[in-house]
Amino acid sequence: MSDEVTAEILTTHILDLAGQGKRLDGRGTDDYRKVSIEPGFVVTADGSALVRIGDTAVLAGIKLEPGKPFADTPNAGVLTTNAELIPLSSPTFEPGPPQPGAIEVSRVVDRAIRAAETIDLTRLCVTPGEKSWVCYVDIHVLDHGGNLIDAALLAGVAALTHATVPAKRFEVGDADYPLEVLHTPVECTFVRLGEAIVVDPTFDEERACQGRLTVATDETGRIVAMQKGLVGAFSPDDVKSTVERAFQHGDRMRAMIRGGAG
Amino acid sequence: MGSVGAKDVPVLLSPEGLRIDGRRVNELRPIKITAGALKHADGSAFVEWGANKVMAAVYGPREVHPRHLQQNTKAVIQCKYNMAAFSVDERKRPGLDRRSQEISKVIAEAFDSVVFAEEFPRTSIDIYIEVLQANAGTRCAGLVAASVALADAGIPMADLLPAVAVGKAGGAIILDLKKEEDNFGEADLPMALVPQSGRLVLLQMEGHMTREELATALDLGVQGCRGIYEVMKQALRDRYAVAPAEASA
Repeated sequence: MSDEVTAEILTTHILDLAGQGKRLDGRGTDDYRKVSIEPGFVVTADGSALVRIGDTAVLAGIKLEPGKPFADTPNAGVLTTNAELIPLSSPTFEPGPPQPGAIEVSRVVDRAIRAAETIDLTRLCVTPGEKSWVCYVDIHVLDHGGNLIDAALLAGVAALTHATVPAKRFEVGDADYPLEVLHTPVECTFVRLGEAIVVDPTFDEERACQGRLTVATDETGRIVAMQKGLVGAFSPDDVKSTVERAFQHGDRMRAMIRGGAG
Repeated sequence: MGSVGAKDVPVLLSPEGLRIDGRRVNELRPIKITAGALKHADGSAFVEWGANKVMAAVYGPREVHPRHLQQNTKAVIQCKYNMAAFSVDERKRPGLDRRSQEISKVIAEAFDSVVFAEEFPRTSIDIYIEVLQANAGTRCAGLVAASVALADAGIPMADLLPAVAVGKAGGAIILDLKKEEDNFGEADLPMALVPQSGRLVLLQMEGHMTREELATALDLGVQGCRGIYEVMKQALRDRYAVAPAEASA
C-alpha cells in the first residue's frame, strides 16, 4: 500500500476517533504527552536544553558573542533565533535550504521570545552604539513526532533560563554571570480534528488536521504571540477557548522550566 | 514591537480618542480595489489601502512547477508574497527573506482553506503578491488583493477572504494599524475571515494583550473584515456587472 493510501486511512481513523472524543494514543483532547526538560545537555553551549514531548525531541543551544548593536537600537543587544529541521529527524525532511515549515517554526518561536521580553536586551548592551552581546538561540529538531513549535520554544526558553554570559572568556568582564531572564513564554499548539480541538498534536494528527493554532502566553497573564497555520479555520470563540487552555498548560510548563526538571 | 531603545515615540491616541491620522479606534483607512488591473494574468487586482499599494496576480489552474509538488487529488495552492526594494523607507534587499516566506506560507494556507482545490487535481494555482508601497498591514492588503484576483480568475471558492490587522496602541485596541501604530504600538494581530462561516483562516499575533483585550480585538477585526468584504464585492461588481440597458440589448 502506498504512503498516500495509508495516510488517508489513518486520517479517516483519527477524525472518526476525534468525533468520539478519543485519540489514537489514548489521550483526552486536553492532555499533553509526557513533557521532559533536560537543561545543560550540551556543555560547549552557553546554555542548552533537551526537550521531549512524547517522541518529539528538540535540542536548543545558546551562544553569546560580543558584536555590534543594530543602528536603530544602539542601546540593545541582538537576539537571533534559528530553528533547523535537520533531515535526521524525519523521513519528510530533505537537506538543503530551510523549507517554509522550518522558517515558520523559527519565526513563531522568535516572536514569542521577543514579544514576551524574555531577556532584557538593554542589559546585553556593553557600549551604546558600539558593542553589545549577540545572543544566538539555535534550535535543532532531533526527532519529529509532531508539535515542533511547542517543543522548540520550551527548549529555547529553558536554555535561556539556564544560560551564562561568557564575559570572562571574551574579556568583557571579570567573571561570567547568569543571563537574566525576565519572562517565561510558553507556546501551546492545538489542531482541529472535525469539531474537536485537541492540544499537543502528534505528527499524524497534524497531517490529518483542519487547521493548527498556536498561542503563546507568559506568567503575567499576557498573550504574546499567536499563529494559525495549515489548512483550516477557527471561529473567534474557538480562539478564546484555546487561549484559556493555553494559559493552563503554560503555567504548568513554566514551573517545569524554572524547576529545570521533567 | 521593534521599539527597544527607540526614542521619539509619537502620541498614538489623543485624549479625545483620535489616532495619529485622525481616525477613531474602529475606523479603517480608505481602501480602493481595482479588479482585473493586469492584462496578462488569469486574474488580478490592485489594492490601494491607506498608503499601501499592493498588486496581486493569479495564474492557473496550470501545470505544477516544480513537478514533485503535484498532488493527485487536488490543486496545489502556491503563493509568493514579495516586497519591492523601494516599497519601504530603507531599501529592502530584493529576494525572498524569511518574513516573506512565512507570510507566503500562511496566505497560501488561508486560500487552501476556501478554494475548491479538489476540482483541479494535478494542477497548480499560483498567487503572486507584490507590495509596491508599504505602510503596515501589507499581508492583509495582499490577501485582499489576491482574493479578488482569484475571483477575477474565475477560481471556484467558498467565499472571498477579507483581511485586516487589529492591534493595540496608546493602550487602546485599534482597527487597521498604520506604520507608526505598528512600529510603536503594543500588539499587532492580522486576521482573515471567511464571512459566511464566521471563521478565521489566517490569524497571527505579536505583542502583549490580555484575554479581554484579545476578545475585543477579535470582535473589532471581524467587524473590520465585514466592511472590507463589501468593498471587495463592489470591486468585482464594478468589473463584471452588466448595465441594465446593455443586458436587455
